[in-house]
Amino acid sequence: MAKKIIKHGRIVDDSWQVIRLAEGDTPETVVLPEGDLIVPLKVWKAQRQTLLGRPQRGVWLSPDELAEDVAIDLTYFSVVAIDFPQFADGRGYSTAALLRSRYGWHGELRAIGDVLRDQLFYMNRVGFDAYAIRADKDMNNALEALNDFSETYQAAVDEPLPLFRRRSA
Amino acid sequence: MYRYDHYDQAIVDDRVKQFRDQTNRYLGGTLSEEEFRPLRLQNGLYIQRYAPMLRIAIPYGMLSTKQLRRLADIAAKYDRGYGHISTRQNLQLNWPELKDVPQILAELAEVEMHAIQTSGNCIRNVTSDHFAGVSPDELTDPRPWCEILRQWSTFHPEFAYLPRKFKIAVNAADTDRAATRVHDIGLDVVKNSQGSIGFRVIVGGGLGRTPIVGQVINEFLPWTHLLSYLESILRVYNLHGRRDNKYKARIKILVKALGIEEFRRQVEADWAYGKDGALTLTETEVDRIKQHFTDPAWKTLVDESLVTIASYHNDRAFTRWLDRNVHPHKVPGYAAVTLSLKDPKRAPGDITTEQMHLVADLADKYSFGELRTTHEQNLILADVEKSELFALWQEARANSLATPTVGLLTDIICCPGGDFCSLANAKSIPIATAIQERFDDLDYLHDIGELDLNISGCMNACGHHHVGNIGILGVDKNGSEWYQVSIGGRQGLNAYLGDVIGPSFAAAEIPDVITKLIETYIEKRESDEERFVDTVHRIGVAPFKERVYAGKERVALNG
Ligand code: SF4
Repeated sequence: MAKKIIKHGRIVDDSWQVIRLAEGDTPETVVLPEGDLIVPLKVWKAQRQTLLGRPQRGVWLSPDELAEDVAIDLTYFSVVAIDFPQFADGRGYSTAALLRSRYGWHGELRAIGDVLRDQLFYMNRVGFDAYAIRADKDMNNALEALNDFSETYQAAVDEPLPLFRRRSA
Repeated sequence: MYRYDHYDQAIVDDRVKQFRDQTNRYLGGTLSEEEFRPLRLQNGLYIQRYAPMLRIAIPYGMLSTKQLRRLADIAAKYDRGYGHISTRQNLQLNWPELKDVPQILAELAEVEMHAIQTSGNCIRNVTSDHFAGVSPDELTDPRPWCEILRQWSTFHPEFAYLPRKFKIAVNAADTDRAATRVHDIGLDVVKNSQGSIGFRVIVGGGLGRTPIVGQVINEFLPWTHLLSYLESILRVYNLHGRRDNKYKARIKILVKALGIEEFRRQVEADWAYGKDGALTLTETEVDRIKQHFTDPAWKTLVDESLVTIASYHNDRAFTRWLDRNVHPHKVPGYAAVTLSLKDPKRAPGDITTEQMHLVADLADKYSFGELRTTHEQNLILADVEKSELFALWQEARANSLATPTVGLLTDIICCPGGDFCSLANAKSIPIATAIQERFDDLDYLHDIGELDLNISGCMNACGHHHVGNIGILGVDKNGSEWYQVSIGGRQGLNAYLGDVIGPSFAAAEIPDVITKLIETYIEKRESDEERFVDTVHRIGVAPFKERVYAGKERVALNG
């Protein structure tokens, strides 16, 4: 069965494979399988030449890696992903917002890891447009979360103007 | 006060729907306890020792009588007929059932209330001066700024999963009644030499396990930049605050680790991008918000001093109440009044359904239908005509709301402690009660004068014991409840964290300890005018310590 993700508000097939380092692997030595890969930033830095030989590639950031760590390389990627080892670790929200608003990333921005329904609304607001929902969860149910709120106060990636600049009395 | 328009209402209504769905999924088993936990916390719902506790937001302490009556009804219908005013101006229900919470939220939303972000690792309810808008010593009304911050922080998508909770306080008066120096961010509204309004921004203060007085990160931030600057502070904190140890996760630890200069540099580097962007506040918006905080229809009245009013009635109890519970108002002929929730027969800050209804009636009758909650866990009627004070006092007294001890030893600030809170090391309410029973002589209390006594049941310091002139902290020693006592703490612009006097005490010893501290003070004070805390700072902790431990040493030597 093909893997599915939520992308642009729909459930779609996904061809990308996320590479995670297993115990004993190092960024330099990990063997990269064929196909479209989303690799850890450290692997990209260590195996840049190999990856440049692929038709397309993706990279993922861990919570302690910053948007600026990947900023100069963004042009090489088709997908940038941010990992949430635990959904309650909110660093990825700032990283996403910065990738979009400060570093000009317009391609796919995917949330991976502990990605759950009840965080999707916020994730969407800070610029994520693709979600690899945790495997044990119902993706259709998660999709509904994108409509949890009909109105919001803040300026964010999905709505560049705060409500106070849009409010008509 | 601020009234919702259809945008605000839609956001709160959507929240009710969202939380109803989350609760159903939790009860139905598709949302795990671990996944539900931060969601319910961001809705003010704790699972406590005996039952859930629901913390309802009272933004910067403002309530209408319509809202208070609704709270009264909710407390009767879903709880045991009372609520508890917290030290952050919110209202807590101690016994609601989880399954009822969505319905409670729906009933709150009908009166423009909610429980959004009253707990959890997010930006919490903004607090402010309970005399905002009426105090003679304020530069401007801080509440419009609080409301602007409330809207900005409500469901902020980037800052919903911070390393730890985040508290903001706003003060605009000479006397800091909002405790801006012990908040994650404190904002003092100030005017620069050109006469324009801005904020002194203080960052990294806080109580809890590691009490720290905050430091100034920006001496004058023009008001237009308020939101963009705070976003930069929050972003630096969100990205770099510690997440490996929850006791080191508050922003104060980050500021301390980096040093204020480096922290400022990082904030300003981020701000360079956001400054002058879409978050720049507009006059239109500030004016729109200010429209909600216009002055009530004050009458032109002849002013009378409280001394004169006291002399008319010549009633000792009334005079005492005037002395303690009535406060200055910027408009001649008006006063602000504290309705005390420190009746010794109840836990500090508790208020019954009947009292809520009564207070609502009083506020309608005497104070333009509005009231405030205070972080000292009392209520305020802000706009009472002085000529009505006697009538108000009689009604309040008949309903146990006129304990004339505001600011005195028995006006104790006390967290829920071991009777309710699952984090507690020790009970706090019985300690408060024992002290109130010991000091039940009103003449003696008035002679002792101003004294803040704060009690927390554990290091989390919800009772703000560090800034109490006398602070009592529940500690755990080999599984039994002990109490550590500190003195000399104070809140305000010269905030000071109290010094621990020595080894901790058993619960039964506490009233004696307080008595000895007070006796020492009475002996050593230079005059009746010198307050307890000033005596402590003048003569130091040693004389107090000697007195308190003198007997103990003998016992130890004899034993
Ligand atoms: S100070 Fe401790 S015991 Fe008291 S309410 Fe806070 S967490 Fe609970």
